[in-house]
Amino acid sequence: MSLSRYKEALYKPLIDENPITLQILGICSALAVTNNLTVTLVMCVALTSVCSFSNLFISLIRNHIPSSIRIIVQMTIIASLVIVVDELLKAYDYETSKKLSVFVGLIITNCIVMGRAEAFAMKEKPLLSFFDGLGNGLGYSVILIGVAAIRELFGAGTLMGYELLPLVSNGGWYMANNLLLLPPSSFIIIGLFIWAIRSYKPAQVEEDDFALSKHSTNEDLTKRELNV
Amino acid sequence: MFEHYLNIFITTVFIENIALSVFLGMCTFLAISKKIDAAIGLGIAVIVVCLITVPLNNLIFNYVLRDGALAWAGLPNTNLEFVELISYIGVIAAAVQILEMFLDKYVPALYNALGVFLPLITVNCAILGASLFMVEKDLMFGESVVYGLGAGFGWAMAIVILAGIREKLKYSDIPEGLKGLGATFIIVGLMSFGFMSFGGISL
Repeated sequence: MSLSRYKEALYKPLIDENPITLQILGICSALAVTNNLTVTLVMCVALTSVCSFSNLFISLIRNHIPSSIRIIVQMTIIASLVIVVDELLKAYDYETSKKLSVFVGLIITNCIVMGRAEAFAMKEKPLLSFFDGLGNGLGYSVILIGVAAIRELFGAGTLMGYELLPLVSNGGWYMANNLLLLPPSSFIIIGLFIWAIRSYKPAQVEEDDFALSKHSTNEDLTKRELNV
Repeated sequence: MFEHYLNIFITTVFIENIALSVFLGMCTFLAISKKIDAAIGLGIAVIVVCLITVPLNNLIFNYVLRDGALAWAGLPNTNLEFVELISYIGVIAAAVQILEMFLDKYVPALYNALGVFLPLITVNCAILGASLFMVEKDLMFGESVVYGLGAGFGWAMAIVILAGIREKLKYSDIPEGLKGLGATFIIVGLMSFGFMSFGGISL
């Protein structure tokens, strides 16, 4: 297999087929963990590793999984990987693990992992699937890190705990926008990200559910009246 | 006693709404909220599955997994909490499968109405999230029944409201790139700010 397919599997999910902005996958955690860049980075690493390894393992045994119970088999593999990540996090970075609370466990039901396993790893070779998982994990991370950077920088004036914009309360000049620290603001930031990406790649713009009829002119109206 | 249960219910539906305050089950929430009918079907499915799985997982946690819970089997020093996640998701997958077979046989009308949504619920993080929060809050069995009902009901209510707003917005003139998903994100953001106003209420 040529190198270009690996490249495609790795790079395509970054913007062209981004899991969050186009495939609508894995949004839950994108919202709750993005008020602090450090926590977000940990979450991104956790998700990317689970996603790539679950793709790898599922792809390795893809020819032995009976299709009727495939979801349960996939779930078991994903859940085992998540348990490993969860235990590692608890052992080495307990503080962050506390902040992430249930969201590490929820990687199991993160639809990026499940969706890529089902759509890609069940059909393709192991190494290629690994890269696809890696690419999708990174696509998720790009959006999350972007959102987290905006929220932390403008919401608290810091990045990863270092103060970049000195706050008024600390004798600086920057008045923090507390709204950005509230979880709902990440919805709005992601909405704006989607707008930006779709202006850059117009192919992603959604079709209307309806079509406007042509504007009728005076001439048309008189014609219609004459016909009647 | 009744008041205590009512409190849990109101808190989970409004103050800690599982979709708009804790942001769980967002993928289906955004993807399947174009039409009110579909939203109602999915909402009912989530209520039923939550109502079954949260109490079931509560029993499993309290009588099998918890530290020292296996004392009744003569194993007082066993702590199986590390297999928590895998057992909850197993229970959820099995419950969904059984519910699907049950509905197919006895209530075919509802089964057809729910269609593809039922299997999808296994991977809806609102369900697993409800179970995990139940453990975090350390609820008793009776409380967990009410909590499951409230979590499902809150989610269903939120998706029906969102579908209503999206149907209304169908004919509005939204900028090209913001159409569809982008606008939906911003609406949900605003709805969620709205729900934050319940935050100050203490029951």
